[in-house]
Amino acid sequence: MKKLVGLLLTLAMVLTMSVAAFADGEAIKVGVVNNPPSESGYREANVNDFINVFSEENGYEASFYYSIKNDEQLSAARQFITDGVDYLLISAAETTGWDSVLKDAQEAGIGVFLFDRMIECDPELFEAAVVSDMAQEGDTAVAWLLDQGLDEYNIIHIQGAMGSDAQLGRTGALDAQFEAGTMNKVVQQTATWDEAEAKKIVEAVINSKEPFNVIYAENDGMAKGAVAALDEAGITHGVDKDVIVMGFDCNKWALRELLAGNWNYDGQCSPFQAQVISEMIQKLEAGEAIEGLNDAKQIISVEKGFDAREITEEDINTYGLGE
Amino acid sequence: MEKAKSKRSFVPANYSQLLIPLIAIFLLVIFNLIRDPGFFSIGIAANNNGYPVLQGNLVSILNGASELVILSMGMTLVTAASGGQDISVGALAAIAGSVFVKVLKSGAITGWSVIGGFILCCIVAMIFGAFNGTLVANFRIQPMIATLILFTCGRSVAYWINGGATPTVESPIITAIGSFIPGIPIPTPILIVIVTGIIFALIFRFTNLGLYVQTVGINQGAARLNGINSVWIKLLAFIILGACCSIAGMINVCRLSLINHETILINIEMDAILAVAIGGNSLGGGKFRMVGSVLGAYAIQMLTITLYAMKVPSTDVKAYKAIVIIILVVLGSPVVKEALSRFWNRLSRNRQPVRAGKGAE
Repeated sequence: MKKLVGLLLTLAMVLTMSVAAFADGEAIKVGVVNNPPSESGYREANVNDFINVFSEENGYEASFYYSIKNDEQLSAARQFITDGVDYLLISAAETTGWDSVLKDAQEAGIGVFLFDRMIECDPELFEAAVVSDMAQEGDTAVAWLLDQGLDEYNIIHIQGAMGSDAQLGRTGALDAQFEAGTMNKVVQQTATWDEAEAKKIVEAVINSKEPFNVIYAENDGMAKGAVAALDEAGITHGVDKDVIVMGFDCNKWALRELLAGNWNYDGQCSPFQAQVISEMIQKLEAGEAIEGLNDAKQIISVEKGFDAREITEEDINTYGLGE
Repeated sequence: MEKAKSKRSFVPANYSQLLIPLIAIFLLVIFNLIRDPGFFSIGIAANNNGYPVLQGNLVSILNGASELVILSMGMTLVTAASGGQDISVGALAAIAGSVFVKVLKSGAITGWSVIGGFILCCIVAMIFGAFNGTLVANFRIQPMIATLILFTCGRSVAYWINGGATPTVESPIITAIGSFIPGIPIPTPILIVIVTGIIFALIFRFTNLGLYVQTVGINQGAARLNGINSVWIKLLAFIILGACCSIAGMINVCRLSLINHETILINIEMDAILAVAIGGNSLGGGKFRMVGSVLGAYAIQMLTITLYAMKVPSTDVKAYKAIVIIILVVLGSPVVKEALSRFWNRLSRNRQPVRAGKGAE
């Protein structure tokens, strides 16, 4: 049913777009294959970003298709190729199975951009990929932490679901510090992104009476769980307080905690890739070459880390996810 | 025959079932005391709002297990009545929590909107419970298969209700429900568990629900011949479990003042079923003791907190948990139980033949 509605919507959109195309022959036709916004707050922001950037005002005629299933995404991509889009933008549900579609696109002279997620294929088959570097997010956060110049770093490290991209990247940087001996691991435990579990982990440390002064949680929710445990135990946290609280993802509510000085740091995982891709498309349209790609033809999204002492209301509105 | 055998065993038949969870808790207590003599010490300290509150691992265990305890109470009834398990409790709690958050976000958070939100989420959860119950009771679908539907789609439904990644609801009232009521040093979730327990105790004391559930679970045909409507009893068990889900969902939302549809009470259905099993209840239905499940739930929570306190590496936590649980379940299995009781009988007969003889009478 959902599939049918999706297809009908796509069809309707394509039709209206083609009507619009007759009115204004200059619009660039773009097909976007993405995951559905219900997947996460990250995806919600990601979907809205593409809708905003690839708008009619910006000279685009965009069609969107959302599915969490790879086969549905593949058939949508084929449909876009048949419809004769100029560019195909893909955030694939799975990393494999895309070769033949990408080859078809290439033969049809359609420029392919990947965003958010990589596809396992020959880099020749796409123009560029705009992706996040989770390891870099961890590095940025740990560099910020080192800048704080604490006498001692006693860290409670709350990990996400083991083996996920975000967990591996955000853990890596901190593990390096533990190994180098610059920071002291009080506890390192996974809460599998579960806020309540994060609270229990921190409670266990508090009850053991071991000293700690940093909480490094791999997402905002778990940081919130950790802070709930601190509040119950009467331990102060935030700017110039006993414990430094660090989170990731930049949800709006989390950034507001930063603004209020209750937390210290929030690392961004940028869902905003549309503008970068739009700029590359404009370059291709103008006959210029795309610059700044690495060996794997990737552009790594610029991801910030926010410090509670510097964050502004404007940052929250620009970079915050959700409401 | 069955009765005579159990009478002869080393504890009164009524309580022998509680032995496994009690032994589990006892062993965990001993283990922790050896590891860290101060493990169970309780202290009072001011929280960040300036009110004195109880602290310590014991409080953490009792507090953290609240949702699991409430769910395992409901799960015991469903297990006994239908001879199967509801695997959708986590998803249903997510839906209930989502409804609760939706109501709170629709206006200013006041005492009345919290009460209204809870009543509405309770009703919604009971309707979903009735849906599960109808599939099981009327359509005679295996409970695990019937509840698989809600297990699969429940969290998406929870997302549709609210949208957004992690909607937050900040208010002193919410904090009071999820952590401490100002001036009362006991975590509120523990109080909610006590109230829920008392309600169940009163239900069993003043109605025949317990007896009817057991009868339906043991032999549906016999129950029907005795004028018990087995369809209605099964349905009722699922509706009660739905209400339990709504309480658990509300507690979890209030704990953190946010709801994450994907992670709220994730995998709790497995722990709830496990609590019922560790509590010595037959997963095939029939006789049950709710106290056993409650003890089982606390044993599971104690195990989790012990592993955290021991700083077991994150990658190994599940393996350690599995090892302990295998031991517990095997200890509680009929085969081992019977062997143990035979062994005990032989011991006691050798020592005090007169008393053993008396017991067999």
